[in-house]
Amino acid sequence: MSAKIPKPTALAKPVQLPERIANVEQVRSVRTPISLNYDFIPGQAAQAYLTAFGEKRILGQRSPVDGAVFVPPRGVDPRFGVATTEYVELPDKGHIGSFCVTQVPIPGRDDLELPYISAWIFLDGADIGFIGLVGECDTADCRIGMRVEAVWKDDDQIAQTAENIKWWRPTGEPDVAFDQAGGRGFAARQAARADGTGHASQPNSANPASQ
Amino acid sequence: MGKERCAVIGIGQTKYASTRGDVSMAGLVREAAYRALEDAEMTWQDIDAVVLGKAPDFFEGVMMPELFLADALGCAGKPMLRVHTAGSVGGSTALVATTLVQAGIHDRVLLVGFEKQSESNAMWALSLPQPFSVSINAGAGGYFSPIIRQYMEVSQAPELIGCLVAFKDRQHALKNPYAHLHQKDLTFEQVVDSPMLWEPIRYSETCPSSDGACAMVLGNEATADAADKPVAWVQATAMRSEANNFPGRNDVSPLASRQCAQDLYRQAGIQNPRAEIDMLEMYVPFSWYEPMWLESLGFAEDGQGWRLVEDGSTQLDGGDLPVNCSGGVLSSNPIGASGTIRFAEAALQVRGLAEERQVDGVRRALGHAYGGGAQYFAMWIVGSEKP
Amino acid sequence: MRDIAIVATSMVQTLAMDTDTEVEFMVPVISDVKRQVSMEAQDFGFICSGSSDFLAGQAFSFVHTLDAVGAVPPISESHVEMDGAWALYEAWVKLQLGEVDTALIYSYGKTSPGSLRDVLATQLDPYYVTPLWPDAHSLAALAARIGLESGQFTATDMAAVAARSLRNATDNPLAVRSAKTHPNLTTAENILAEAEVVPPLRELDCAIDVDGGVAVVIAAEDEARRLCDRPVWIRGIDHRIDAQNIGARDLTRSESAAKAAAQAGMANGCFNGEKLDFIEFYAPYSYQELILLSELGLIDELGLSADGSGGANGDDFINPSGGVLAGHTMMGSGLMRLAEASQRISQGKGDRALAHATSGPLLQQNLICVLEGE
Repeated sequence: MSAKIPKPTALAKPVQLPERIANVEQVRSVRTPISLNYDFIPGQAAQAYLTAFGEKRILGQRSPVDGAVFVPPRGVDPRFGVATTEYVELPDKGHIGSFCVTQVPIPGRDDLELPYISAWIFLDGADIGFIGLVGECDTADCRIGMRVEAVWKDDDQIAQTAENIKWWRPTGEPDVAFDQAGGRGFAARQAARADGTGHASQPNSANPASQ
Repeated sequence: MGKERCAVIGIGQTKYASTRGDVSMAGLVREAAYRALEDAEMTWQDIDAVVLGKAPDFFEGVMMPELFLADALGCAGKPMLRVHTAGSVGGSTALVATTLVQAGIHDRVLLVGFEKQSESNAMWALSLPQPFSVSINAGAGGYFSPIIRQYMEVSQAPELIGCLVAFKDRQHALKNPYAHLHQKDLTFEQVVDSPMLWEPIRYSETCPSSDGACAMVLGNEATADAADKPVAWVQATAMRSEANNFPGRNDVSPLASRQCAQDLYRQAGIQNPRAEIDMLEMYVPFSWYEPMWLESLGFAEDGQGWRLVEDGSTQLDGGDLPVNCSGGVLSSNPIGASGTIRFAEAALQVRGLAEERQVDGVRRALGHAYGGGAQYFAMWIVGSEKP
Repeated sequence: MRDIAIVATSMVQTLAMDTDTEVEFMVPVISDVKRQVSMEAQDFGFICSGSSDFLAGQAFSFVHTLDAVGAVPPISESHVEMDGAWALYEAWVKLQLGEVDTALIYSYGKTSPGSLRDVLATQLDPYYVTPLWPDAHSLAALAARIGLESGQFTATDMAAVAARSLRNATDNPLAVRSAKTHPNLTTAENILAEAEVVPPLRELDCAIDVDGGVAVVIAAEDEARRLCDRPVWIRGIDHRIDAQNIGARDLTRSESAAKAAAQAGMANGCFNGEKLDFIEFYAPYSYQELILLSELGLIDELGLSADGSGGANGDDFINPSGGVLAGHTMMGSGLMRLAEASQRISQGKGDRALAHATSGPLLQQNLICVLEGE
């Protein structure tokens, strides 16, 4: 350690080992492998989401308080701590709220070529974003507000997992303006909902039980 | 009933390093605690209660490690609390300890924040496979990079502001013997040329992963008045939390951050923080968070925080609002202790005991920590005068 | 000290929350107490929670559960990686400052995804003990054997505790184990005829691990009286910890429990000289209840028999809810003891109670809270 820092007086005295083990090689580290197994359950909201996702449909939940739409759904509107029970089906199109060009490999994701773009995807009609991979897009071309659509895996690879969408690719449509992209667009969407002109971004109600 | 006054009487830190292989977890926390006791001119017997803070237990692989550390921290027969509020925990720990003194429950409380990341694998701890989500976010950098990108867009700050912060904090660290990173030969060009990890975040703009502990002894007014060395009086404390992801959230300058700061200034009677606070220790794990927090905490107008970086205001050498004279989180990051270090370094400055990294004439300093998805905040203001 | 009372409680507990996440099952619990006091999250002066990442199997797990609170706009909030009883203690201290008058406290544990017996081995010294991987039942068996062989208590005493728990849990809707599920095991004699699973412990000597959550509202002075008809006042509260080293501790004692009780105002089994009406212990093993009774001076001073009957006081004197042998929510059961005692007092089934919480292996850390009705 740095010579500048004196040891605390109480710890300054060298440790005196008993004579008979004084010359034994010191233990420098102990390796204790820990293995604990957990059997997770997804919960009601995620279960409905994953079931629909297995049919290439995207389910969100609508807040009973002000109609804001959450995807993926977690069974709660975190602003008010109230349960969300109404499901809405969302299109597989949206825009990028913000993004990160990543040069760091992730444990367990050897399939990701570096660099890759991870982005907050705001689906049309949704009021929070969720993380997705952006593909078919040069890293220099990615923009906040860029319109994207889902590229689903082939049908024979679709399952009830979160990984059914390979990536999100640019649609070529005009960008969402920066000040309306991501969370910044929420106030305007709410106003549109309130006066009934929010048609374009208003998702339809869906019943998860219909699957 | 009235609130007791509370002061920082002793401070102890370990040398921060990527691996403190010379000590066990117990040895690490004792090293910091002994230094704090010596600084306070006290012994274990003088301590009424202990508050321990650290970030996720998976970082060391020990569930509720305060239990096995109780003996090492002289807690047997005493009250012990264990705080965990994500990255802000080191600050929250100091605030819980402060409350114990202010409430008149205890006269002298020892608090310790620690992390020994080398004993497990933090990357593993943070990416324990969760079956219902896609894992494409590589650690905290992947989370905060999109937020920083928004700030850059909103503020139109020059591209190299983050590099200026990183270079400044590494220069400051050279004056702090406890800092993990001592990069004597580092040049600004090397910071700029370091590889992008989570664009726009470069390697040199990120914090290291450290082992370390930071301890403080807090005392009530009678104890503080009897102390030989100068003390730092706690003048204001505040904690705020908000949900992680909700519609319309301002994730660049979260409301919880703004409200926490406002509450602090209200308690301390501060109208103009820029003029009335002499130095800051802020939680800046990625360089761009310095201008972002300067705005959020009211030291600059929205979108203007980067100007304080650019014009050198936040430098120890010649700046009028030095930030992170210790080298900050960018130079030492034992996560559970990182907030405690911010709070402790602010107190050291007030006490005039920060040696080579001392700012002249600090009467009031602010310690700041944040955690989670920039949603947990803990702050205090310490000063040379009684509140 | 300011007078502070429990003014609202809500609990949920079931063998396994097999359709709900922690957030999903905590929303109704937290909503329930908010409704009882007609307050939103932002109305509380302070909010504090307790939970463990090791149960959730995920770092920063409590961050997700914050969604159940409704923390927009922001709240003044803290979290302990401890049982919720200590979260309540932190909130109680906060209210002592006199700056805020109310606090919401919650805690929860979902152990069904993993094996708690094994998970708890990671609470031990990571260098010397955890590598041996002693599970929680085995450690308790070691301690129980010392108690049995030293003559401090008998197998019948332990069985009587377990039998009384089943009897008392019968009417507790949160109990997972009771006379309803085990109709033939409500006497010590019948339990003694059962096999020892981890000798000398029988299945019913060990708490049954379940999933659950609890929320409590506390309030100071007039605010408490405004918020409910019969506030349950916290008359004494203290907590202490012992060194963990299992080889060095006297495992037939819990010195920290004795000290916490004394600091909370208990002496010779009484609070400030007044007798208790009932006790809620957090004793995950039957023998631990006997140790706690002894540390509180109840066995000697009240002439209470250690046969589980509660002596002259009847069954309801100890763990009228059935205690954690009837259902153990790791990280929640301590706060649940306070909530159980509070509910019972507010229902008029007693005026003065002691609620206890424990943490760590073999009663290492203990909190004692004495509650009184208005």
